[in-house]
Amino acid sequence: MVDIPYEGIAGAPPAEVPDVELYHPKSWLTRYVFSQDAKVIAVQYSLTASAIGLVALVLSWMMRLQLGFPGTFSFIDPNQYLQLITMHGMIMVIFLLTALFLGGFGNYLIPLMVGARDMVFPYVNMLSYWVYLLAVLVLVSSFFAPGGPTGAGWTLYPPQAILSGTPGGQDWGIVLMLASLILFIIGFTMGGLNYVVTVLQARTRGMTLMRLPLTVWGIFTATVMALLAFPALFVASVMMLFDRALGTSFFMPTIVEMGQPTKYVGGSPLLFQHLFWFFGHPEVYIVALPAFGIVSDLISTHARKNIFGYRMMVWAIVAIGALSFVVWAHHMYVSGMYPYFGYFFATTTLIIAIPTAIKVYNWVLTLWRGDIHLTLPMLFALAFIITFVNGGLTGLFLGNVVVDVPLSDTMFVVAHFHMVMGVAPIMVVLGGIYHWYPKVTGRMLNEVLGKFHFWVTFLGAYLIFFPMHYLGLLGVPRRYHELGEAAFIPQSAHSLNAFITVVALTVGFAQMVFLFNLAWSLFKGRPSGGNPWKATTLEWQTPETPPGHGNWGKELPVVYRWAYDYSVPGAKEDFIPQNQPPATQRVRGASP
Amino acid sequence: MSAIVLFLAVIAIIAGWWLSQQRLMAKPWLEEGPIDDFPGTGAVTLPAAKLGLGVFLAVVGALFTLVISAYSMRQNLADWRALPVPKLLWFNTGVLVLSSIALQSAYLAARRDDLEGVVIGLLAGGVSAVVFLVGQLLAWRQLIVAGYFVASNPANSFFYLITAVHGLHLMGGLVALGRTTSKVWRGAKVAEVRLSVELCAIYWHFLLLVWLVVLGLLTGWTDNFIAICRGLLS
Repeated sequence: MVDIPYEGIAGAPPAEVPDVELYHPKSWLTRYVFSQDAKVIAVQYSLTASAIGLVALVLSWMMRLQLGFPGTFSFIDPNQYLQLITMHGMIMVIFLLTALFLGGFGNYLIPLMVGARDMVFPYVNMLSYWVYLLAVLVLVSSFFAPGGPTGAGWTLYPPQAILSGTPGGQDWGIVLMLASLILFIIGFTMGGLNYVVTVLQARTRGMTLMRLPLTVWGIFTATVMALLAFPALFVASVMMLFDRALGTSFFMPTIVEMGQPTKYVGGSPLLFQHLFWFFGHPEVYIVALPAFGIVSDLISTHARKNIFGYRMMVWAIVAIGALSFVVWAHHMYVSGMYPYFGYFFATTTLIIAIPTAIKVYNWVLTLWRGDIHLTLPMLFALAFIITFVNGGLTGLFLGNVVVDVPLSDTMFVVAHFHMVMGVAPIMVVLGGIYHWYPKVTGRMLNEVLGKFHFWVTFLGAYLIFFPMHYLGLLGVPRRYHELGEAAFIPQSAHSLNAFITVVALTVGFAQMVFLFNLAWSLFKGRPSGGNPWKATTLEWQTPETPPGHGNWGKELPVVYRWAYDYSVPGAKEDFIPQNQPPATQRVRGASP
Repeated sequence: MSAIVLFLAVIAIIAGWWLSQQRLMAKPWLEEGPIDDFPGTGAVTLPAAKLGLGVFLAVVGALFTLVISAYSMRQNLADWRALPVPKLLWFNTGVLVLSSIALQSAYLAARRDDLEGVVIGLLAGGVSAVVFLVGQLLAWRQLIVAGYFVASNPANSFFYLITAVHGLHLMGGLVALGRTTSKVWRGAKVAEVRLSVELCAIYWHFLLLVWLVVLGLLTGWTDNFIAICRGLLS
């Protein structure tokens, strides 16, 4: 390992934080498989999440083939269609996005960005990944179980989720789904404790909270939220498992099925919805906040300009985190809950738009008169802003009770949700990968392939989801296997569905190009050097690229400034790394 | 859901108080220099394990509060028939209190560097926790014999669910306690296990507190409190 001396030096002595006792791997197995190094765990999380994400992508193709060309694919029957919907949704939201942002980006970036050697509990961190993998395997096993996976929809609403009319309801499907969720939450809690405590306790000398990059703020706040919100899904899953396996009636009302009364008496489906959405709405921001943080750093770095309104950005992240716990019932306007609650939750929903809007303004103002480099990370960041604004605006429509009621069961909701929670965060994930791939591998991704990937993905996403809003306004319902011939659905709507399907397949193909680029560049990509983007944050200042075991050389870095010193007047270069001592101090350090 | 909203409000107050100490009004773009210029804003000085336990307890607290929220919502429906709480639970509660006291004494002994006191405290705490768990199982058995099955009524279902979740957390604690005890057994010095003993004691006190709340819920003592919370939030 080569250590870079800190300019000979200057300023404060390093590292007054307690040093982490590092686990040193003794074999290939403990270095790359059962590794306790957060960077390896991050790659493991990312690969697993991407693999299961690809499964969900294929499921979406099958759904689109059915919707675009109904009757053509006889192997997709109504039950299978419901199973495709359910597994696609659950995998994308929980097993891909949550795992990738927190387990993938969180594990890689937190220790490096705060100047730590590793996570504070490396063994627990390793366990977190293996429990996550087990959760994924249990979920995948439901594809092969008798009756197939559950088709209850990703919200798993009772009573239908565990009745025989729903695919997997009386077979193994729902049981395996609930078991998988319970395992996921246990695994996440192990990881989440690491992320939070590492940010609180293992920041290097000089790294105050207000010097943290916004990426860390986003992941940190999202993790705190997830630690408090996931227990709701845990409780709901356990209680539903009791209902399904032991015949209790936590959620199951008195119900007659196929003319026969069931064993259930008097349970409350509404109780499940409260628990589910108490988790479900924060979940939106558990995905969004890391995306907000990452995109802030991408924009600032690639526009060579300090982030506009850093303090406001931090406050907005914290405010969104807090407010997101009091908006859950806006998903339940049509559930039959006490109607006056709707006013309260509509109000909080509109209020949470304020800090979110502040962030959008600040991103735009950061770009204003910046030295914008249209690199791939910047392109994806710009695509995120546009998409998030579009998706957010339709969210304001749906946040109003009177507008939501007629639109709630239409494709409008599908379009809104995919824009704001699907396309937007995926743009950030991709931008983040293009940005940090050089640090992870030491090589740049191919630019030409990357541009192709970007334009097909970005334009394709709009060609898919913009028309879908229109279909929703026409009243085209969601969750339908086949629309049939309804008077209110014109022929043009069917043609539009076919068009959307063709574009969806094309966008899917572009992702294969991206995967090829990831693999090809690993061996053939241009060497990146340690800091190809000339970025200020600590992860770009490591002695080695990719960073070695323990991240830093003999001494931890010392932080002297915030994370956004770009284009500082009078500075030699257009960026000043966080660990570069102030000029006056360098002079003082040089004097006897 | 009023209980969980109140719980989160408490968490928010604690987080808000801590954040208010972190100079969130600072203008970091104007502040160059080492941390010495900004005292009190560095990393938290608590040991990582202690901080980790604190965060974990917040998560476990949220979990139990959510179960309590669900309990209070389901309790209002027409089919709810409260079950008679077995008298054995009072004995179990006493044993859990003793367990907590024993671990506190182990912690105090660790602070005095008194190895013998630590061993006695850990063993007494562990044994009484096991007795508590066995007692809970016996209480289940009494209920089953009396015809109060898990699926007979939602009140029964919640009883079994809550006591099982609490028991599982105590069993997890026993794993940590067992590891600490085994370290002492293998000749570790008191200083090496002091933190572990302290963390076990904190976890035990927390589970005792949770159990007392749960017991209040199961016996109906907290009904008035729940009614007040519900009134406040609806």
